[in-house]
Amino acid sequence: MNAHFHPETSLDRLTVGTRARVCAVDWIALDEGEGRRLKHFGFDEGVIVEPLHLGPFGRDPIAVRVGRMTVAIRRKHAGAIRVTPLA
Amino acid sequence: MNPPPLVAVAGSPNAGKSALFNALTGARQKVGNYPGVTVERHSGRLTLADGRPVELVDLPGAYSLEPASPDEAVTRDVLLGKQKGERQPDALVIVLDASNLDNHLRFALQLIELGLPTIIALNMVDLAKRDGLELDPQAVERELGVPVVETIAVRRRGISELQAAVDDMLSAPRCGVHKQVKADLVHLQRRAREIATAAVISETPVRRWTHRLDAVLLHPFFGPLILAAIMFVMFQAVFAWSQVPVDWISSGVAWLSAQASAALPSGLLRSLIVDGAIAGVGAVITFLPQILILFFFILLLEGTGYMVRAAFLMDKLMHGVGLSGRAFIPLLSSFACAVPGIMATRTIDDPKDRLTTILVAPLMTCSARLPVYTLIIAAFIPNTRLVWGVGLQGLVMFGLYVIGIAGALLAALVLRRGVLKGDGGGFMMELPKYQWPTLKDLIIGILTRAQIFLKRAGTIILGTTIILWALASVPQAAPGQKQSEVSIAGHIATGIETVVRPIGFNHDIALALLPAMAAREVAVSAIATVYSIDSPDERGGATKLQDKLRHRWSLATALAFLAWFVFAPQCISTIAVTRRETNGWKWPLFMVTYLFALAYLAAGATYWIAVAVGLGGM
Repeated sequence: MNAHFHPETSLDRLTVGTRARVCAVDWIALDEGEGRRLKHFGFDEGVIVEPLHLGPFGRDPIAVRVGRMTVAIRRKHAGAIRVTPLA
Repeated sequence: MNPPPLVAVAGSPNAGKSALFNALTGARQKVGNYPGVTVERHSGRLTLADGRPVELVDLPGAYSLEPASPDEAVTRDVLLGKQKGERQPDALVIVLDASNLDNHLRFALQLIELGLPTIIALNMVDLAKRDGLELDPQAVERELGVPVVETIAVRRRGISELQAAVDDMLSAPRCGVHKQVKADLVHLQRRAREIATAAVISETPVRRWTHRLDAVLLHPFFGPLILAAIMFVMFQAVFAWSQVPVDWISSGVAWLSAQASAALPSGLLRSLIVDGAIAGVGAVITFLPQILILFFFILLLEGTGYMVRAAFLMDKLMHGVGLSGRAFIPLLSSFACAVPGIMATRTIDDPKDRLTTILVAPLMTCSARLPVYTLIIAAFIPNTRLVWGVGLQGLVMFGLYVIGIAGALLAALVLRRGVLKGDGGGFMMELPKYQWPTLKDLIIGILTRAQIFLKRAGTIILGTTIILWALASVPQAAPGQKQSEVSIAGHIATGIETVVRPIGFNHDIALALLPAMAAREVAVSAIATVYSIDSPDERGGATKLQDKLRHRWSLATALAFLAWFVFAPQCISTIAVTRRETNGWKWPLFMVTYLFALAYLAAGATYWIAVAVGLGGM
């Protein structure tokens, strides 16, 4: 199985340039406004994401490519997004 | 007569909505406020081919009709006809970023559901091409069932086609409007992706410009360095570029004052015009070039998309003092003026985060301090060059900015540990593509700011200067007495002087502090008025204000005066906007108290240290 080679992880653990597919978002861990904003940005199961840049201090926040746009989110929120890295 | 039809321009943030709005309406815009909320309302006029007028309103950018900020709530309420002070629009122009259809179509789908006559402006098609994206507008038109017009708002392309489409739309009979909206974001998002995929003719993978630029500008090491360099250049430029126009304006004022002196008979009227109006307002409008240069930089940083990158770079540090990177933009705007800065805090979702940002915003060196700083620096700091391109005067100015920033960060830290305890809110922002804003959009932005400033100079500043002139002129001093001590204002100032004497302020400064409560730059005009009345022989700009100061103030006093203005909350507008934004008097009073306390301590410490090292003499 692929899952063995590409184990599920969270968005904040991906290295820059690693593309991954969102497999689940832990909406409960986010408050209502934060969850809504992530949905506005297009975070959703099945979407391809890719961390592009990390903040200069403490590698926070993270600039993530989601669909055709680039958004900045904090490490803490990226932790709520479960992803499967693509080969 | 019926009011002209109202067409709303709606779209997601970063779709180029404001540029499109500017392209459609030109410079004839009205900026107001929606009643009860603190969201700006931009409106303008469009004239159709047959001469009929149309009112255009630029709605705040929103990602969907489920608001995540007060701005988005206004957009929803206007579109549903529930916003106080606004009629429901008769038609819609939806602006979409052609290179981000996957996301922007979601909002468009929701808006089309409303059933209003609608046109889609497929904007920034040039940037989509730059990204290697070839689109089929007909496919979008087919899928959505509404007319689609390709535009490049910043280059004014496709605007006449869009106007023609608006014309057609308003001529067609209209159908009913739904008041219900589909709220299933996930479903809408999937449909949006389907349409976006159908609209793509071809996609060539290219290394995107934005990505390449970000690799440098968001670099963990070079990114912050570049940010610091940009800010440094910005503040040096405010000084260096403004010198020539400032000289023009001051010689213009001097000429006007000389003409008025010659034309009017000696007496109270001449004194009112020359010492009151011309000296006061003249001293303030001299600083218009500096204010406009600063606004030019802020608008440029905003227009290019760099401002959000600055927020990204600063988020962690801001988080460290209990703020978010989002606070960086309002705080940076506060360098121009705390009023729009405080209003810009609306984009901060967390209430405590937002309140902290509001309370520290007045510590950012706003442009109204520039008249005070430049006057004192020009009078007391020698114009020596330290190394190439870096002068001592510029360095002192930079230092004042740094002290303001450090004060703000420290205040935020203390506030977040104390009265506004709580964990920092979030930081979620879109990083838009880089692009060059057009000169026209920049000019529209700068002209709007110039208008606001000149209006202030013409009303608040003129008013307070005249009142001060009256208070300072009555009663008339007998020979041998000093006018600034005998007059009504002189007596009030004597009261203030007892409080500020320990921190090195003299009677004239005490006199200037009172009217400067209206706005900081009034301090300059107030000092100009006082010295002008005191020494009529120097009338007509014969002696520059700076020379007068040098003869009357010690360096220690001048430095203490600078330190005072780093902190003192001398601005009625800021206090008023804080009251409005926090819905009560509690927080503005808190703000005024803690800032005056800081100002007193800072000015005092500066004065005592300066005197101790021997700078207390004239």
